[in-house]
Amino acid sequence: MKRVTLFLIFVCVLFTLSVSAKTTIVYWQYFYQTKVDTINQLIKEFEKLNPDIEVKQVTFPYENYNQKVAASIPAGIGPDVINLFYGWLPMYVNSGYLQELPKNEFNEKYFKDNFFPFVEESVKFNNKYYSVPTAVRTLALFWNKKLFKQAGLDPEKPPKTLTEAVEMAKILSKYDSKGNLLQAGFTMQPDGQHHHWIREVLVRQFGGTPYSTDNKKVLYDKTGAAGEVLKWYTDRITKDKIGYPGFLNDDVTAFKSQKAAMTIDGSFRIGTLNTVKDLEYGIAELPEHNGIKSNFASFWTHAITTNAQGERLTASIKFLKFITSKEAMELWLKNVGELPANPEIANKYSEDKLYGPFLKGLAYAHATFFADEVGQRNVILEAIDKVRLNNTDPSVAFKEAADKEQKILDDFWASK
Amino acid sequence: MTLKQKKVVTAYTFLAVPIVFFLFVRFFPMVYSMAMSFTDWNLLKKNINFVGLNNYIKIFNDPVFVTSLFNSLKYILFGAPLVIIISLLMALLLNKIRKIQWLYRLLYVMPYITPMVAVSWVWRWMYQPLPLGVFNNALVALGMDVQPFLSSPSQALFCIVVTTVWVEFGYCVVIFLAGIQTIPEEYLEAARIDGASRWNITMKITVPLLRPITLFLVVTESIQFLRLFTQVYNMSFQGTGGPLDSTKPMALYIYHKAFVNFDMGVASSASFVLFLIIMFITFLQLRVFKDKVSY
Repeated sequence: MKRVTLFLIFVCVLFTLSVSAKTTIVYWQYFYQTKVDTINQLIKEFEKLNPDIEVKQVTFPYENYNQKVAASIPAGIGPDVINLFYGWLPMYVNSGYLQELPKNEFNEKYFKDNFFPFVEESVKFNNKYYSVPTAVRTLALFWNKKLFKQAGLDPEKPPKTLTEAVEMAKILSKYDSKGNLLQAGFTMQPDGQHHHWIREVLVRQFGGTPYSTDNKKVLYDKTGAAGEVLKWYTDRITKDKIGYPGFLNDDVTAFKSQKAAMTIDGSFRIGTLNTVKDLEYGIAELPEHNGIKSNFASFWTHAITTNAQGERLTASIKFLKFITSKEAMELWLKNVGELPANPEIANKYSEDKLYGPFLKGLAYAHATFFADEVGQRNVILEAIDKVRLNNTDPSVAFKEAADKEQKILDDFWASK
Repeated sequence: MTLKQKKVVTAYTFLAVPIVFFLFVRFFPMVYSMAMSFTDWNLLKKNINFVGLNNYIKIFNDPVFVTSLFNSLKYILFGAPLVIIISLLMALLLNKIRKIQWLYRLLYVMPYITPMVAVSWVWRWMYQPLPLGVFNNALVALGMDVQPFLSSPSQALFCIVVTTVWVEFGYCVVIFLAGIQTIPEEYLEAARIDGASRWNITMKITVPLLRPITLFLVVTESIQFLRLFTQVYNMSFQGTGGPLDSTKPMALYIYHKAFVNFDMGVASSASFVLFLIIMFITFLQLRVFKDKVSY
């Protein structure tokens, strides 16, 4: 009997030893079904290749993202690898939550060889690299083919330029006898994607530069057509009346319910739109203006937190490399619908009907540097509201917005 | 120990449980937050420093805070009297009918027991512009001009007041009705025998005797309107308290500072200001309604 007990104890000890020899790392991301499934699939493959590493995925609702992180990492109970919006990187680095990626693995050459140029610029902070993305996103023009047909327009010919887009939108807009908008030619929803469109696309198309290259100065009110950009945008709401903020609650609802003929949105919307019955839509590159093409790119990216040390750090680096590999990128596109962050992979799909226009946009896209994503967005939204609700002069409103945003940037750089 | 002493000890032991709970869940966080209002605590920073009155100076120099302060005062000034007057009138009328009073009471109290988020979204859709909004469609059918409602900086606050009054109304009616029914029948009978008119009975007997109930409702409704949050969060675009901060109450300002900017220090100081205002208004109301009425 005694021997049996001893043997059992021996087996238990052996078992625990073999288990503890495994390094466990924790990966965090917000809950989005296809993303969670894809990561689970990648984890399985990764564990097969690295039997000594175990990866645990933890997810939580998007709404609590920053609260959850802010509460956990300082307490040392957070993840080793974390998925976060690129616009939050400066805030996270500044707070000391993330650690620099090892230079021997992730350096300028690595990023330049494997990623779009805007990625390299956005994950670098004080000349140190902090994160690597799997996928990226851009904007494109979505148009409703049925509504085009009804208005007597060629359903296969989306507008190529801003002027064309506005002319078409006017034809596509429908009003009641008192001039109330019943069908929008173009969604004008600044709190959707339009604040990005204004900042990174319209400003450039009107000859301006939104920010200085070191991201420390706001320039959109000082370069190019300056306030004319905001005037162009708000005139479409107040003069042409082709759409207005909050029409059918928001741009996505308006386009889904076929009450808006054109909208600007990201590739992540394709999944939602495909679930709508009888919605025939097409996707085109963003309209150009003055011969200038521009686009706004954004991405969710993976970083290693200060929690990961020793063996867990080594394992985290391996995992990070794995989930940002070319194979992972292709899987991500197939499952999630986000574009590969590697130009070589992306080019394979450039003629794809749905993803092609987004991928073409990547070549000339810019990613805004955000010190305070919410704050910087509100600045633009406020400027638009001031013009359309309080009749403020657009150039005054644009300048006020720039001053406010400058203060956000100044505060950020001062706190460093 | 005598039996009496034992009883007292037992009573205090049982009472201690809720008191301890109250101390830790209510009182301690309150004091803690008060202390934090003098620091630069930010969830994203590792150090906490004492900054004296800096946060208070900061918020009073913040035009958004001042706007939200005035918005909160507007909510209470328009909302509380409106709901009290309407529900008092309805309760007096409702007291006259006997047959299906329960049905009316039930119908009136329905909005109050509906989750606020659902109420907010339904009203938000009703306030929508054409072709969606019920109100605007009704206006068009009546041949009138459409109204911007929630998308106008001058109308949005009142739209939210109306929604809140609609919600609170049922609760106030029920409380008033209960109050009216506690008034002894003898008073009313005596007045009737003395030949008092209906109007006089209502104004000279019923309404004055409802004073304690009215005080209770004025205080609770004022606090309700001062703490307004859910309605505004759900009825303004992306919970910003817009358009142009015209509907943002103090509670939403605090929320934004604390859970969007993670600036806990500033949020704590704003909370403390809100606390002082609620306390001041409550004292004021207790003062005004102090005199007891009795016959």
